[in-house]
Amino acid sequence: MENLLDPVILFFVLGLVAGVSGSDLRLPESLYETLSIYLLASIGLKGGVELANGDPGGMILPLLASIGLGMLIPPIAFAVLRASKRFGRADAAAIAAHYGSVSVVTFAVAMTFLDRLGVPYEEYVTTLLVIMEIPGIAVGVVIARLGKEKGGLALGRLAHEVFFGKSILLLVGGMAVGYLVGPDRLGGVEILFFDLFRGALAFFLLEMGIVTARRLADLRSVGAFLVAFGIAMPLFSGFLGVLAGALVGLSVGGTTILATLAASASYIAATAAMRVAVPEANPTLYLTASLGVTFPFNIVVGIPVYYHMALWILGAVG
Amino acid sequence: MNRQLVTIVTEAALERRLIEEVKRLGAKGYTIVKASGEGARGVREAAWEHSKNIRMETICRPEVADAIMEHLSSKYYEHYAMVAWTTDVEVLRPDKF
Repeated sequence: MENLLDPVILFFVLGLVAGVSGSDLRLPESLYETLSIYLLASIGLKGGVELANGDPGGMILPLLASIGLGMLIPPIAFAVLRASKRFGRADAAAIAAHYGSVSVVTFAVAMTFLDRLGVPYEEYVTTLLVIMEIPGIAVGVVIARLGKEKGGLALGRLAHEVFFGKSILLLVGGMAVGYLVGPDRLGGVEILFFDLFRGALAFFLLEMGIVTARRLADLRSVGAFLVAFGIAMPLFSGFLGVLAGALVGLSVGGTTILATLAASASYIAATAAMRVAVPEANPTLYLTASLGVTFPFNIVVGIPVYYHMALWILGAVG
Repeated sequence: MNRQLVTIVTEAALERRLIEEVKRLGAKGYTIVKASGEGARGVREAAWEHSKNIRMETICRPEVADAIMEHLSSKYYEHYAMVAWTTDVEVLRPDKF
């Protein structure tokens, strides 16, 4: 319950209430875009500065673990969805790709959750975020194409969409800037990028609540199975993430973040990529599952659960 | 002088591709505005990056209009939210189009 009394979460709930009640509250589109650019740049910059501070040698195993999770989760999700006999190959593959990739906002909420509890985490977690965004999408595309004889897929366009889409560009670019200047030469930008971060995140989540509420209308049309999948899948992949974190020796904080990354489902990069690579898949299915079910679940319930899983498993190991 | 006005209402995700393809098929210019609405694929309320719509218009010679319509129906109609139509229009400077 204590987890819920956080302005970031409560603003999300407020957005949900506004959306469900049909209020006219909306952030102007340009503000929404500005905030999302700000959040991505801040996360990148913070990650870069911390990387400059820390010892990058320790990150090799965790990096491999995140790539492994990103590649392992989509085939599992795909097999579960196909076994239910409710989804065609294209739909199942597109949904699976979303669960293999990550949600940056969920990651940011997990960081602020740990910051609030005063739980430290490894300085290179942002690198894990960036690394994990890609494999899930790639594996999802491969699964979707397996059943077809000929390609016809514009790989160049897809790669461009993924690598030069704004999320990867800003995260990687922000990290490069942060790494190059290091903690000592920030020269005041930390006031904008770090100190105001939580407030901006709360503001952004207000809009996310409104957007999520609009997806709720689609819940009935996608069926109870996909809703249950949207809750069970992140719990399962979060557990895999905790195991992987324990295995490669991450701290409780780092393990919680890795688990959150494994559990989170993309709704920006993967969605854009799937629309290009698997146009025959129905966007309502993957958007409703990732944005309408898994995102709110992770924000409100999932992150504290992964934290307690991490405490429990690492406590048992160490 | 008669020309055809081709109007396409579709997902914003296709914008860059359509610009490229419409020009390749012979259109000399185009106008794009943001749009929202509702149709067979549900409400496209432009609330979210993936539910944004655009309306793209181009004035061109009838054979170019036919080529564009043919291209759209074979490439996009099946899997994308798209409506396209043509209208006869009169223009003062036919050479421009």
